[in-house]
Amino acid sequence: MTLYFKYLLILFKSQMQYRTSFWLLSIGQFFIPFSVFAGLYFLFERFGQIKGWEFFEVALCFAVIHLAFSLSECFARGFDTFSSLIIKGDFDRVLVRPRSTFLQVLGSKFEFTRIGRLLQSSIVLIWALTNLPIEWSLVKAVTLFFMIASGVLIFTGIYMLAATMCFWTVQGLEVANIFTDGGREMAQYPLNIYQKWVARIFTYVIPFGTVNYLPLMFILGKTQGDEILYMLTPLAGSLFIIPCFLVWQIGVRHYRSTGS
Amino acid sequence: MKVYASVLKLRLLIGMQYRSAALAGVATQFFWGFISIMVFEAFYEHTSITPPISLKELITYIWLQQAFLAFIMLWFRDNELFDLITSGNIAYELCRPTDLYGFWYAKLLAQRLSSALLRCYPILLVAFFLPKPYNMTLPPNAITFILFIITLLLGLLLLVAISMFLYISVFITLSPMGSLLLFGVTGEFFAGLIIPIPLMPLWLQKIAYVLPFRWTADFPFRVYSGHIAQSDAIIGVFIQLGYLLGLLWLGKLALNNVLKRVVVQGG
Repeated sequence: MTLYFKYLLILFKSQMQYRTSFWLLSIGQFFIPFSVFAGLYFLFERFGQIKGWEFFEVALCFAVIHLAFSLSECFARGFDTFSSLIIKGDFDRVLVRPRSTFLQVLGSKFEFTRIGRLLQSSIVLIWALTNLPIEWSLVKAVTLFFMIASGVLIFTGIYMLAATMCFWTVQGLEVANIFTDGGREMAQYPLNIYQKWVARIFTYVIPFGTVNYLPLMFILGKTQGDEILYMLTPLAGSLFIIPCFLVWQIGVRHYRSTGS
Repeated sequence: MKVYASVLKLRLLIGMQYRSAALAGVATQFFWGFISIMVFEAFYEHTSITPPISLKELITYIWLQQAFLAFIMLWFRDNELFDLITSGNIAYELCRPTDLYGFWYAKLLAQRLSSALLRCYPILLVAFFLPKPYNMTLPPNAITFILFIITLLLGLLLLVAISMFLYISVFITLSPMGSLLLFGVTGEFFAGLIIPIPLMPLWLQKIAYVLPFRWTADFPFRVYSGHIAQSDAIIGVFIQLGYLLGLLWLGKLALNNVLKRVVVQGG
């Protein structure tokens, strides 16, 4: 763990060497989701609701998913850009070091410019929360926290799966974007607005539903039943990372250097 | 002119090499298309007012958008050109006995064309045979289709002319990121990539109609579905031509201006 923070600190310092570029990129990262959010706002202005969901309810959903996405892009960027490690043959170096490959790849890159995106989604989150009539309790606050944390873990899991594919294909696969960028686009609306089969895939295979739908209904007071159970659903979703981790281990064992 | 044609041809062939990448892109765009259609479907389901564009027209609009994404995206860029400018290798380009603007224009045009040619057929083909209501529909008549082709091609020429400004601006800023973001975010928003222009609020529509971005993508797609009447489409073609000539002239002027002041450091 100390090693991880050392990686974090060094990379932060190195990115800070190019200060102007850092700030410009951060500002850019602010405006990309901003335009998407503006689109969402205009749609609600015209239609008023989406299958019974109000604007601020969807805004909350949007904020949670984008927070999770930006955090995972910041901290798990190493897996996202993993194919370059393989192509250059740098993964050999990782293997000879006496630390776990997971930690080293995770620490190989951080993208701090995502702070712009983070800021944008935080503003949306606060805006949505102040405009929603929620009766707050400790359980609900914990649920909200779990939603974001579990979202980060799910996105990280997808990055890991995509990175593992590189052991066989060498090249990075654009298909993985379906689940990261596509998953983000999709999960910014509550899951039940989609067709049944889409909702099922994204609840049972890739558990976005446990992040953005079930606990969201609980926070908004749309459910009856056991509170604790709803609080724990995001945790169930975060179990997704365990098989991803195992697949990663198998992948590492199959690694063959490109030898360049 | 012959030089530019051969640059175009060469680049087209290079672009066609990346077939597997294109296939992956197709899969992504399909997913994307489905998601957006379902979102709009959900919005339309319980609406009490009649929306300004019907769901059927909207679905066609979205599939066309996905198929011709390379014609819309301002993000789609040539890093080689950026490197040329920032590293100083631009000196070699200046030695060539061709006009730089035309040379780059042909190069960029070919990139977008090859990328779209590879991707549009599978997407359009499958989109036609999808079960209802997700399928794409044929244009109402043959004249509309011809108008669509004309406007689409003019739109492409226009887009490349717009993107040339991106590269020109790098001569001044030396870092592509700032202008890329500015062009990318505003351009794509006002081209109707995030929400179709008819669904925007009125005040925003007015802004979008003045800017050139909307003529690159939104206009041809709506001509296709018949949402824009034929008589209006013909007027639109002339507006497109006007924008195109104006932007080409401005771009050439700007490029010649920055080239006069360009400093190549040795190395």
